[in-house]
Amino acid sequence: MAADSFVPRRRALLLGLGALPLAACRPQGDLPAAVEADGQTLRLVGPWEITGLDPSRAGYLFSRTEISETLVDLDDQGHYVAGLASEWSVSADRLHWRFRLRPGARFHDGSPVSGAAVRQALAFARVKPGGLGMVPIERIEAGEFTVDLHLRQIFEPLPAVLAHSSTQILAPECYGASGSVRRIVGSGPYKLSLLEAPQRFAAEVAETWDGPAPAIRRLHYLAVGRGESRALMAESGQADVVYGLDPASWQRLRGNPRLQVQAVHLPRTIYLKLNAGHPLLARREVREAISLAIDRAGIARAVLRDESAAASQLLPPVLPDWHDPALAPLATDLARAGQLLDGLGWARGADGIRRDGQGERLALKLQTFPDRPELPVVAAAIQEQMRQLGIAVEVAIGNSSDIPAGHRNGTLEMALGARNYASIADPSVTLLQDFGSAGGDWGAMGWSDPALVSALASLQGSGEAAARAALRRQVTTTLQGELPVIPVAWNRLVAAVQPGLAGFSLDPFERSYRISRMRWQS
Amino acid sequence: MNAQTLISFGRSLLPVLLRRGGQALAVGVLVGMLSFLMMRWLPGDFAYRIAAGRYGYDLVSAEAAEAVRRELALDAPWYVALAGWWQQLLAFDLGNSLVIGTPVIDEIRHQLGHTLMLAGAALGLSLLIGLPLGVAAGLRPGGWADRLGLLVSVALRAFPPFLLGLLMVIVFAGADLPAAGHGEAANLFLPALTLALGLAAGSSRIVREAIRNVLASEHYAFAQTKGLPLSLAVWRHALRNMALPVVAYLGVQLVFVIEGVVILETLFAWPGIGHALVHAVFWRDVPMIQGTCLMLALCFVLLNALVDLLCLALDPRHR
Repeated sequence: MAADSFVPRRRALLLGLGALPLAACRPQGDLPAAVEADGQTLRLVGPWEITGLDPSRAGYLFSRTEISETLVDLDDQGHYVAGLASEWSVSADRLHWRFRLRPGARFHDGSPVSGAAVRQALAFARVKPGGLGMVPIERIEAGEFTVDLHLRQIFEPLPAVLAHSSTQILAPECYGASGSVRRIVGSGPYKLSLLEAPQRFAAEVAETWDGPAPAIRRLHYLAVGRGESRALMAESGQADVVYGLDPASWQRLRGNPRLQVQAVHLPRTIYLKLNAGHPLLARREVREAISLAIDRAGIARAVLRDESAAASQLLPPVLPDWHDPALAPLATDLARAGQLLDGLGWARGADGIRRDGQGERLALKLQTFPDRPELPVVAAAIQEQMRQLGIAVEVAIGNSSDIPAGHRNGTLEMALGARNYASIADPSVTLLQDFGSAGGDWGAMGWSDPALVSALASLQGSGEAAARAALRRQVTTTLQGELPVIPVAWNRLVAAVQPGLAGFSLDPFERSYRISRMRWQS
Repeated sequence: MNAQTLISFGRSLLPVLLRRGGQALAVGVLVGMLSFLMMRWLPGDFAYRIAAGRYGYDLVSAEAAEAVRRELALDAPWYVALAGWWQQLLAFDLGNSLVIGTPVIDEIRHQLGHTLMLAGAALGLSLLIGLPLGVAAGLRPGGWADRLGLLVSVALRAFPPFLLGLLMVIVFAGADLPAAGHGEAANLFLPALTLALGLAAGSSRIVREAIRNVLASEHYAFAQTKGLPLSLAVWRHALRNMALPVVAYLGVQLVFVIEGVVILETLFAWPGIGHALVHAVFWRDVPMIQGTCLMLALCFVLLNALVDLLCLALDPRHR
């Protein structure tokens, strides 16, 4: 049969056609050997994606994993310690800072970390978001192994800014012409060995490292966006450390005998930003009434599953210099809140919502964003608690940038955010940004207090310790009394860790994963 | 294959290629334009969105947004931006991501490979699941396999892929299967199976219909009448006829695959094109959206062309 003879070839043709899409399937790029629990590679999982190599973008991932270094480091209490700069000194007029680089510090390409390399990295950091742009720098000079910063005016928090990940020092070859970062060559104990943006990278011990050799030889970081997926990876042993457990997973994993679950308070506060320029929110009594209506303990217990999360003031105890135990804590008292609004003549209508003197219904829009998954849930709780007070709230969940954009064009009414007040280790820098004379994108809106602004400005200058403490107390007392923003809860960072890992600890300033301090238990 | 068959196959190939080639061009133009215009129509300030994508919620500020606006010349009129994209495209350049900063083509090369791997594995698995179930149902229509199959496929099809994915993670979490991640073969299993279940739900019903029609046909009856043993009758006279609607249906299922991939990649931390598209939309990363949509659309046309060719090869009537 002649027909039979072509059947195999026809079949081969069909198979070939069918296999075409599969043949195209092999992903590009070098896939590394499987990341297994080989007792060597530390497998980290977190929610943060590699959205760019630039220090001002996802560069914090490389400083957290000790691939890159900043000039200044912080100890567990937030005090400045030597980083890439082994020591520094300030001139008598406090305008000239000299940073001496650690002798023997080398980039992973083998070249020494020179003053010129540091000057270049800082010059690029100045024109990008992150903090160095705020510093009144006149010029930066480079010696062979020193860097001199000359300031136009006194700026005492300079070491805090130089501890921020956006000022990390990369080798000169990393930067493109316009300062864009094309690759990561740092000077830390680990060097980057694989990069697959946006989701993973790997690093291994750098032979150029001049400090004690870390016990963990290799690490692998994977970004997993869904909190549920991250928790399951911890449970199934697919990751050695999982950062960023959502409250529900935290509660569940706490009871898991096969995992150690650690939590640390962050200097980050969930707060309500109010437009005090809005006719309904201009009076202090209204802001106080809203604050009294918020059931912080309830939100802490039911949403954040952490009784200690209820905020009694804006700045949490993890910032001992700024947290004032003497301040009367923010309270919940719905009856008192109602009396305050009654006192303004704002009576309830038939729908239970109050009307102001002109008969205007008390209806406000609350904007928030889902990048921090707890925010929309907390917003819903606040919506209900304000309804009980007689204020109708519409919750809009959008993009984080809607809040600064709404602040600038004046359309924002209320926003729920989570602010890290020690993103620059000295909170006065962030507080001055937020509560300056024109308010701040993430702080006050339509509200300012000249005495507070001057106190914060004085804190950027030099002064005696006692005077500085008094200024800090003035700042916290004003914020607590005037409520330009209403604190709701303090955030925690929660991690699940495999029991075989020793020496694990969490950094409340989220600057380092402290991998070089960890080791495997044999 | 004798010369005549080859020539007739070749002749009927040309119109398919021409038609699909024209489609690819039209789809490219339309998708590029539409994704651009849709992004422009969305509410919200571009500069702020891009700044939020780049610097995250801790560092996004009006200053950062204005810097982005200056850097990317976002104040330029829309037609200038669109013309710029076309100009680049004609030079085979998809531009750079506004957020990550790398060339879009590099991102897509990395992601499309992962997506095709996931889609290919899902299609393969769906055939492994759907074919035997469909055949079992089709051989005895109205039997328990048929009725149970119908129930299960309606249920599976009604489940959104996202929910099904979560259920799979929970069900398989105890079985030492990785819940998320990539880079190991085992990582592929859960997302591919989630997608495959939805696909198999559809294809098993198509297989069932196809089997039923073929078994009821005169040519199959004749094959049996002339005394061919069952296996040979099925092999020679049923299988190929049955394959035609199943292969044609694969083209339809591509829509389901794309829809599923966009959702599941995020759930399983799979670095594919769907995951990238979700991020790019959120961040208003227009070149990235245009590039990924264009690539997805072209893949669509290419895979549909492959389905056409397969059908052509299977069905001599069209030659």
